[in-house]
Amino acid sequence: MEKPVLEINHIEKAYGDHKVLDDISFSVKKGEVVVVLGPSGCGKSTLLRCLNGLENIQGGEVKLNGEQISQNAKNIHQIRQKIGMVFQSYDLFPHMNILKNIILAPMKAQHRAKEEVTKEAEKLLKRVGLLEKKDAFPRQLSGGQKQRVAIVRALCMHPEVMLFDEVTASLDPEMVREVLDVMLEMAQNGSTMVIVTHEMQFAKAVADRIIFMDQGKIVEEGTPEEFFENPKTDRAKQFLNVFEFVA
Amino acid sequence: MDWNFIVQYSDLYKEAALLTVRIAWIGILGSLILGLICGMIRYYKVPVLSQIAGIYIELSRNTPLLIQLFFLYFGLPKIGIVLQSETCAIAGLIFLGGSYMAEAFRSGIEAVDRIQMESGLSLGLTRRQVFFYIIFPQAAAVAVPGIGANAIFLIKETSVFSVVALMDLMHVAKDLIGLYYKTDEALFMLVVSYLIILLPVSIILTFLERRLRYAGFGN
Repeated sequence: MEKPVLEINHIEKAYGDHKVLDDISFSVKKGEVVVVLGPSGCGKSTLLRCLNGLENIQGGEVKLNGEQISQNAKNIHQIRQKIGMVFQSYDLFPHMNILKNIILAPMKAQHRAKEEVTKEAEKLLKRVGLLEKKDAFPRQLSGGQKQRVAIVRALCMHPEVMLFDEVTASLDPEMVREVLDVMLEMAQNGSTMVIVTHEMQFAKAVADRIIFMDQGKIVEEGTPEEFFENPKTDRAKQFLNVFEFVA
Repeated sequence: MDWNFIVQYSDLYKEAALLTVRIAWIGILGSLILGLICGMIRYYKVPVLSQIAGIYIELSRNTPLLIQLFFLYFGLPKIGIVLQSETCAIAGLIFLGGSYMAEAFRSGIEAVDRIQMESGLSLGLTRRQVFFYIIFPQAAAVAVPGIGANAIFLIKETSVFSVVALMDLMHVAKDLIGLYYKTDEALFMLVVSYLIILLPVSIILTFLERRLRYAGFGN
């Protein structure tokens, strides 16, 4: 059997008495798209942040290609180069233009040549339809455009896994589509992705596997067909009902 | 107004003004360095050092420069440290300015959204790289108006340096009043001298602020 890229074994996290993550285990294979669903506050975002060491965990372990990820590890910045992350709030660097936003980390963290990175950045920008914006500043872009740039910025590091933390949650409805299309294309091109989202239709379309969380636990796990057509648990049924509109 | 008197003694003012500018310049530069260090220590809550910096900031901001200078000039010799007037003035200015600059830097750093640090880290940059390339430039832009106001404040504070026997502008004016009773002329020259020093600084700062705020961020 193929070795997983990302392994999450029994991780635990609590703020005081409140357990945010309670014995979470799953793994992600190369090229697999895992979508994490669940009600607000169920720990989805915290889970993602634990995967690249932005939050520390109190128990269990996260491994990327067999290498343990911990916030205090000396080489945490090198491991993070292999894990791309896109956040809900637009996190572009406002004092740099789009191109500089993208090439900063490849140049400074990976010591790649400016010409080479610039060429790649322009190619990626073209793919998401934003090449003409390369000299613009983040402030001049719409929310959807910013998120596409944020995706390109993460991709330019050649990550092995991409994490998406509700990247469309604060976008205007019309802009959601342009971002999701980019992610869908990535999935079809074989990117390994872990996606937290509230877009059910998108989850159905993009996921190889759905993980449904509630109150810090994995309640149900399965293929999108299984999960959306025949949810096994009452909690999942109840959750999915919220999204049904029957006239 | 005795214009001949003014012309006659303008050289004295020129020299004193140059001295004031030199001390203020070194003092402001020193304050910026001390302030940046203290501001970062406070922001990153470095154990022990953070408490020391906190005490220093409160002590420095809540005592007048005059008292600080007395301490340096008359107090330190009692424990065997004798400072020259000029060193004393510069040290006093840095001691006072460091805390103000520290607060300006800290508020600048705090104004930068946390997500900026996190997105920098998630790209695989080290904490130091994130600070240097991402946090600091944004913090500096926010801090510039405060830093500018502090710089002007420090230049004005140099007017108490005559107490440590420094031939600064205030000293010259007081001397001339004492020697010739030309109070109007002496004070007039004093005001003009300070304006000549401060107005250009003020104008440059306004320009700098506008540039940082509008050009750098793409508006």
